[in-house]
Amino acid sequence: MSQSYEKQNPAFYAVIALLVFMSVGPVLLMFINSFKLDVDIISGTSGLLFLPTIQNYETALCDVLWYEPEHLDFCSLKFGGAFINSLIIALVSTMLTLVIGCMAAYALVRFRFMGRDTVSLTTLMVRMVPPAVLLVPVFGLWNNEFCLDKDGLIGGAIRDAFGGRGDVCLAGTHSGIILIYVAMNLPFVIWILQSFIVQVPKSLEEAARVDGAGPFQVFFKVVLPLIKPGLAAAAIFTFRIAWNEYLLASALSDRNTKTVPILIVNNMSEFNVEWGVIMATGMLLAIPPIIFTLLASRQIITGMTAGAVKG
Amino acid sequence: MSLARANRLTPWMFLAPAAVIMAIALIYPLGYMIWGSFRAWDPSQTIGEAEFVGLKNYVTLWNDPNFRESLGVTLRFAFVVVVVEMVIGVGLALLLDRDIRGMSLLRTMFILPMMIAPVVVGLMWRYMYHPTVGTFNRTLESIGLPTVDWLGQHALLSVIIADIWQWTPFIFILSLAALQSLPRSALEAARIDGATAWQQIWHIKLPLMMPVLIVTGLLRLIDAFKVLEVILVLTEGGPGLSTEILALRISRTATEFRELGVAAAMSNYLLILLLLLTMAMFAFTRWQEARAARIRAASEDDQ
Repeated sequence: MSQSYEKQNPAFYAVIALLVFMSVGPVLLMFINSFKLDVDIISGTSGLLFLPTIQNYETALCDVLWYEPEHLDFCSLKFGGAFINSLIIALVSTMLTLVIGCMAAYALVRFRFMGRDTVSLTTLMVRMVPPAVLLVPVFGLWNNEFCLDKDGLIGGAIRDAFGGRGDVCLAGTHSGIILIYVAMNLPFVIWILQSFIVQVPKSLEEAARVDGAGPFQVFFKVVLPLIKPGLAAAAIFTFRIAWNEYLLASALSDRNTKTVPILIVNNMSEFNVEWGVIMATGMLLAIPPIIFTLLASRQIITGMTAGAVKG
Repeated sequence: MSLARANRLTPWMFLAPAAVIMAIALIYPLGYMIWGSFRAWDPSQTIGEAEFVGLKNYVTLWNDPNFRESLGVTLRFAFVVVVVEMVIGVGLALLLDRDIRGMSLLRTMFILPMMIAPVVVGLMWRYMYHPTVGTFNRTLESIGLPTVDWLGQHALLSVIIADIWQWTPFIFILSLAALQSLPRSALEAARIDGATAWQQIWHIKLPLMMPVLIVTGLLRLIDAFKVLEVILVLTEGGPGLSTEILALRISRTATEFRELGVAAAMSNYLLILLLLLTMAMFAFTRWQEARAARIRAASEDDQ
C-alpha cells in the first residue's frame, strides 16, 4: 500500500477511540461478564481482576455436553437444543430465500412481461410489513388453516409416525417457521439482488445464448457467478433476520422447536436473573453475526448501501 | 411455435416460486388479518366461527385511551430516535470523511451493534441499566453522583438511548457512502474559491447528500416502527404504558388479552401508517429520478 494518509490532529484520534469504545464496549462487557460467576458480577469487583470460568457456558449448553458439569445437578436450560433449532431454521430459510429470491430478481430485471410492474410494486410494498403485523394472521393460519386433515392420507401417515391427536398443522414445526421467514425476507432479497443483476453486462448473457445455452443455464452458469458479492450480502442479511427473530418464532414454536431468542427472553422475564448464564447464552447467540461482520463487512456495507440508495 | 411459448413462460418460471410463497405466506395472511379485524375473534375459534362486528374493533380502539397512549409512545419514540440518529450519524460521517489508516476496520466495528440480535442488545443494556449492579449506576456512584432509575422513571429515554446505540451506525455508513460519492469537482471548486470547511458542509455537501439522506431517514423511520425485541427485553412495555409501543401492544393483545380481532385492527392501523411512509418514500424517489432526468435533458440541450 503506497497510499499516503493525511496527518490528523491527536484530538481526532481521541474521538475515534471514544467512538470505538462506545460501539464495542457493551459487547465486550457482555463477553467478559459471561466468564464471571454471578457472585463476581453482583459484588462488583469490577475490572479485569477475576478468575475466568466457563461454568456459565457449561450451564447453558448442559443438554448437549458429552460430560456432566460438576456444579449442576439438574439440567434446566435446554439451550443446546434451541441452538440446533436456530441453526436449522436460519440455514434452511437463508438457502431457500436466496435461491428463490435471485431467480425472481433475475426475472424482474431481465424480462419484459405482463404483470411485471405489479409484481415489482407489490414486492416493494410488502417489504415494510413488520413482523408484529404478521403475528395475528400467521398465528391463526398456521394453527387452523395450514393443516393436513388427520383422516387424510398424508396427514394420517404423519400422525401415525409422530403420534399426537388432532390435525397436523404447520405451527410448531421447523417448516412453519421457515416458511414465514422465507416469505418475510424475499422482498428484501429480491430488491437488493435486482441492483446487482442490473450491473451484469447483457452482452455476456447474449453471447451464452448464442452458444446455445438455455435461459436456466444462462442464469446459473453466467449470472450467478457474477453477482456473488450481492449474494453474500443478501445471505448475511437474511441469516441475520432468521437467526435473531423472536416474535414470530415465539408464536409458532412449541416445546421442541424453540429458538435461542425465545429462551433468552423467557429467562430474562424471571424474577431472579442469572446474569452470568444469560450473558453466556447471549454471547453464543451473538457469535455467528459477529463472525460474519468480521469476515464480510465489505459485503455487508455494499449490500446496505445498495438496498438503501435504490429506495 | 412451442419454443416461442416456452420463451414467454420463462419469466414466470423464474418468478413462480417466489410468487407462490409470498402469496401464501404474506399476501394471504394480510388479507386474512383485514378480514379478521372486522370480527370478535378469540384464539379458540376459527375465523369462520367468529362473529362479524363490522367496524367495532376500530372504533373501540380509537376511543381507547391505552391505545392512544401507545400510539403516542410509538410516534414519540420513532421521531426522537430518527432525528437524533440522523444528526449524530451525519455529523460523524462529515467528521470521519478523511483518508485515515484503518478506516475499513473502523467501519467494521461500527456495524457490529446492528448485526447483533435485538434480544441480545436488550440483554446487554438491561444489565448496564440495572439499578444496583449495572455499569452506569456503578460508575455514577464511584464518582460520587446520585444514581439514576434508568428503567423506572426514565424508561422511554433509556430505550431511546439503546436504539440510538444500535442504529446510528446505519445512518453513519450510508451517509459516509453518500459523501464519498459526491462529485469531486464541486468540492474542488469550492475549495479554490476559498470556502471554509463549514461553508463547504452547509452549502455543498449537505445539499448534495440530501436525496440519500431523506431516503435513509425514511427507511430508518419505517424500521423504528418495527422495533420490538429490545423494548420487550428492557422494560416489557412498562412501567405502566410508558414504553409500550404499538408492536408490543399488538402482541400483548393477541397473547395475553386473547382478543385477536382487536389485535388485527391494531395491526391494520400500524400497517396503514407504514404504508403512508412507504408511499412517501416511493413518491420521493420517483420525483428525484424525474428531476435528475430533467436536469440531464436540460444540460444536453445546452451543449
